[in-house]
Amino acid sequence: MSADLTIILPEILLAVFAMLGLIGAVYTSKDGLASPLLWATSAVFLAVAAWIGFSGEGTNVAFGGMFVDDGFSRFAKVTILVSAAAVLLMSEGYMSQRGLLRFEYPMLVALAAVGMMTMVSAGDLMALYMGLELQSLALYVVASLRRDSVKSTEAGLKYFVLGALSSGLLLYGASLVYGYAGTTLFSGIVQVAEEGVSLGLLFGLVFLMAGFAFKVSAVPFHMWTPDVYEGSPTPVTAFFATAPKMAAMALFARVMHDAFGGAVADWQQVMALLSVLSMFLGAFAAIGQTNIKRLMAFSSIAHMGYALMGLAAGTVLGVQAMLVYMAIYVTMNVGTFAFILMMEKDGQPVVEISALRMYSKREPGKALAMLVLLFSLAGVPPMLGFFGKLYVLRAAYEGGLAWLAIAGVIASVIGAYYYLRIVFYMYFGDTDEERLNGGKSPILWAMLMGSAAVMVLGIINMFGVEGAAASAALTLVN
Amino acid sequence: MDNILSITTFMPALAALILAVFLRGEDEAAQRNAKWVAMATTVITFIASLFILFEFDPNDTGFQFVEEGTWIMGLTYKMGVDGISVLFVMLTTFIMPLVIAASWSVTDRVKEYMIAFLLLETLMLGVFMALDLVLFYLFFEAGLIPMFLIIGIWGGANRIYASFKFFLYTFLGSVLMLVAMVGMYADAGTTDIETLLNHQFGTETFSLLGIQIVGGMQTLLFLAFFASFAVKMPMWPVHTWLPDAHVQAPTAGSVVLAAILLKLGGYGFIRFSIGMFPIGSDVMAPLVLWMSAIAIVYTSLVALVQEDMKKLIAYSSVAHMGFVTMGIFAANQQGLDGAIFQMLSHGFISGALFLCVGVIYDRMHTRDIDAYGGLVNRMPAYALIFMLFTMANVGLPGTSGFVGEFLTLMAVFQVNTWVAAVATTGVIFSAAYALWLYRRVVMGDLIKESLKSITDMGRREKAIFAPLVVMTILLGVYPALILDIIGPSVAALVTQYDTALAAAEAATQFAEN
Repeated sequence: MSADLTIILPEILLAVFAMLGLIGAVYTSKDGLASPLLWATSAVFLAVAAWIGFSGEGTNVAFGGMFVDDGFSRFAKVTILVSAAAVLLMSEGYMSQRGLLRFEYPMLVALAAVGMMTMVSAGDLMALYMGLELQSLALYVVASLRRDSVKSTEAGLKYFVLGALSSGLLLYGASLVYGYAGTTLFSGIVQVAEEGVSLGLLFGLVFLMAGFAFKVSAVPFHMWTPDVYEGSPTPVTAFFATAPKMAAMALFARVMHDAFGGAVADWQQVMALLSVLSMFLGAFAAIGQTNIKRLMAFSSIAHMGYALMGLAAGTVLGVQAMLVYMAIYVTMNVGTFAFILMMEKDGQPVVEISALRMYSKREPGKALAMLVLLFSLAGVPPMLGFFGKLYVLRAAYEGGLAWLAIAGVIASVIGAYYYLRIVFYMYFGDTDEERLNGGKSPILWAMLMGSAAVMVLGIINMFGVEGAAASAALTLVN
Repeated sequence: MDNILSITTFMPALAALILAVFLRGEDEAAQRNAKWVAMATTVITFIASLFILFEFDPNDTGFQFVEEGTWIMGLTYKMGVDGISVLFVMLTTFIMPLVIAASWSVTDRVKEYMIAFLLLETLMLGVFMALDLVLFYLFFEAGLIPMFLIIGIWGGANRIYASFKFFLYTFLGSVLMLVAMVGMYADAGTTDIETLLNHQFGTETFSLLGIQIVGGMQTLLFLAFFASFAVKMPMWPVHTWLPDAHVQAPTAGSVVLAAILLKLGGYGFIRFSIGMFPIGSDVMAPLVLWMSAIAIVYTSLVALVQEDMKKLIAYSSVAHMGFVTMGIFAANQQGLDGAIFQMLSHGFISGALFLCVGVIYDRMHTRDIDAYGGLVNRMPAYALIFMLFTMANVGLPGTSGFVGEFLTLMAVFQVNTWVAAVATTGVIFSAAYALWLYRRVVMGDLIKESLKSITDMGRREKAIFAPLVVMTILLGVYPALILDIIGPSVAALVTQYDTALAAAEAATQFAEN
C-alpha cells in the first residue's frame, strides 16, 4: 500500500497543496492571497514537473493496475505541468488588471492539473473517469470566471452542458466495455479485445471514442470550442488550448493502445475520419473569423486533427509523432496567446484581427515573433511546426494511411490562408491609426519571444524532446 | 575550408540576424548602414563562392565539398555540390549584389527589406546545396516566406492579391512533394540524396482507384514532384501566378524571382525527376514535352498583347522556361546541357530586362508600354543596353540566349520532331514580342510631354548592368565556359538514365518471354 502511495506521491502533493491553498485563502484575506498563490502554484507545477521528469524511471503500477506511472505518462505530465505553469504566469497581469484575480483561479487550475495527471496515468476505466471529471469540473468553473460577463457565463454553461453530455456518452461506453469485457482494467480489456472485438465491445469503444473526441474537440464533437474560447477570459482560453488538450490526447492514446492495442483495425478508421474532418473543418471555418480567439479555436481543432493523424497510424511511430506534435503545438500556443494577451487598447482587451493593421511598424520585434509563430502554426518550413507535421505525415504514411497524409497536406494549404491573413494585417496594411497600445508586460514578452525562438532554434535538435517522445511511445505500444 | 558550403550559405542569414538585432532606427544613417551591410555581405558571399568554383573539379562527377552531420528525425544535415548545382550557386551569389545595388532607392522599411533579401539568399543557396530530401524541402519552401513579404510589403498596388496567390499556389504545389518524400523515406529508409540517386524505386504497374499506373511508384512519385516543380518553374497551365507576382513585386523582387527562384524548379527536375525516377520520367516525358511546346507558343502569343512591360517579360520568362523543360525531358546530353545553359543565361538576361524596366519605372512610375516612346533620344546608353538584352532574349547568335535555345531544340529534334517543330515557331514569336516592345518603348520620336525631361542612366545603374552585359556576351561567344563544368556530371546522369531505361526494357522483354 505504501508503495502505491509513493507512486502517486506527485498527485497527492499537488492535491494537498491545492486544498491547503483553499483553506489558507478562505481563512485569511481572501483575494489578497491570490497573487502569491498564483506564483506558488506555478512554482509547484514546475517543481513537480522537474521531479517527475528527472527522477521517474521504469514502469510502476499502483492499486492493482488502476494507476500506471510509465515513460508515456511522465512525458505527458511534464508537458501539462510546464504549459500550465507558463499559462498561469501569463495570466497574472491580465487577471489582476481586470479584477479577475481571485484565489480560486490558481487553485482550480491546480485541481485541474491533478485531474489531468490522473487521466494520463489511468490504467482503469474508473480511474480514467475520476481524472477526467476532476479536470472537467475545474475547467467548467474557470470558464465562467468572469461572473458579470454574459459571454463568460454562457461559455461556462455551454461547456458544462455539452461536457456533461460527453461524459454521459463516455460512461455509457465504459459500461458497455465493462459488460462485454468483464473488467474495467485496461490490461484485462486488452486481452479480451485481442481475441476478437465483439459487437458490444465495439459499441463501447465507439462511445468511448466519442467522449474523448469531445475532450480534444475533434470534429464532429467540436461545437463547444469556438464559443468557449471566445467567451472565457483570454488567459483561461490559453489554458484550454494547451494543457487539457495534451492530457485528453494522451488519454486517448493510452486507452486506444493499452485497452484496445490488439484491435487497431477496429478503431483506425474512426480515428482517421475524426482526423480528416477536424483538419478540414478547422481549415475552412477559420477563414471567415474576425475574432482572433475564435480563429485560434478553429486552429486548435485543425491541429487536433493532425495529432489524431499520428494516433490513427496505430504504431509506435504514430504515438511518438503525436507526442512530438502536441509538445510543439503547446509551445506554439503559449507564445500565440501571450501575443493575444498583449493586444489591448487603453487597457481594454482587443480581439479583432483587423486591429493588428500595421502592427509591425509600431512593434517590429513582437510582430516578427508572431510572424514566426504564425508560419509555424501553418506548418511552413523552416519553423518547428513543419517538423511536427512531417512527423505525423510520416507516421500516417508508414501506417498505411497515405490518403490521410495527402488530405492532411491539402488541408494545411487551406489553413495557411488564415494565418497569412494575420500576417497581412500586421505587415501589409497602410493605415497609421493607432489601434493597439499598452501591452507592455515583461512576462508576456518573454513568453512570446521564447516560444518564437524555440520554433526557430528547435529545428537544430528539438531540445531532446524527440528522444523522450520516442522512449515514451515505446512504453505505451509494444 | 571543410565547411565552405555552410559558410557561404549561412553568411547572409548571419548578416540578417546582425541587422535585426543591432540596427536601430529608421533615419537616413540607419538606412544607409543597412544597405551597406547587405551589399558587403552579398559581395563577400560571392567571393566565398568563387573559392568553391576554383576548387571545384569538373571531371569528378560525384558530389564535392560534402559536409555531413546528424540531425533530428533520422535525417542528415548534408550539403554538397556537383557539376549540375555548382553553377546555380554561382548564379545566385552573382545576382544578389546586383539586386541589392538595384534596391538603393528603397526608402520604406529598409532594414526589413535587406533582411528579407539576405534570408532569401541563404535559402536559395541551400536549395542548390542540400543533399538531404527534407533539408532540400526546407530551403525550397522556406523561400516562400521572404518572397511573400517582399511582394506584400514593397510591392505595387495589387500586391496583396499577388502575394497570397504566389504563396498559396506554390505551397499547394509543394505539399504533394512532401508526401512523396515521406513515401521515398519509407521505401528507401533514407533521405540522403546521394543514396537515393542510386536507389531503384518500384516500377511495377499497379492499379489505383481503377487506373493502371504504368511505371508504378516511380510515376506517382514523379507526378508528386512534378506538381511542385511545374508550379515553381512555372509551366503552362500552372504559370498564372507568375505574371501577377512579377508585376506587383518591386524591381529587385522581380529580378530574384526571374533570375533565381524560377531555376529551383528546373534544378529539381534534373536532380530528382531525371535522377531518381528515370522510368517515371520516361513514361511522362511525351506529356511534358508537349506541355513545353504549348507553353512556348501560347505564352509567346500572350506576351504579344501585353500592355504592361513587366507582364510581357514575365510571359516571355514562361516561354523560355518551356525550352528548359523541353531540354530536360529530351533527357540526352544536349538537352540537359542546353537546359542548364538556358537557365543560367536566362538568369542574366531576364534579370537584366527587369532591371531595364526598373530603370524607367523609377523615373516615370508606370509600367505601361503606351506611356513611353522615343526614349532613345534622351537615353542613348539605356537604349543600347536594353537593345542588347532584347536581342539576347530573342536568342540572337552571339548572345547567351542563343546557345540554350539551340541546344534544347536540337536535343528535342532527336526525340520528338513535331515538338521541336512547334517549339521553333516560338523563336519567331519571341522575336516579334521582344522587338515590338523595344520599338514601342525606345524607338520613334519623343512626343510624350512627360518624357521630355527624362534622364539617362546614372553611374550606379550602369555599374549594375556592366557585369550582366559581360556575362551575356561572354557566354554567347564562349559557351564552353559553362559546358565544360556541367558536361561530365550531365554525361554521368544521362548514362545512368539510359541504363535504367535499358534495364527496365530488358526486364519487360524477359517477362514477356
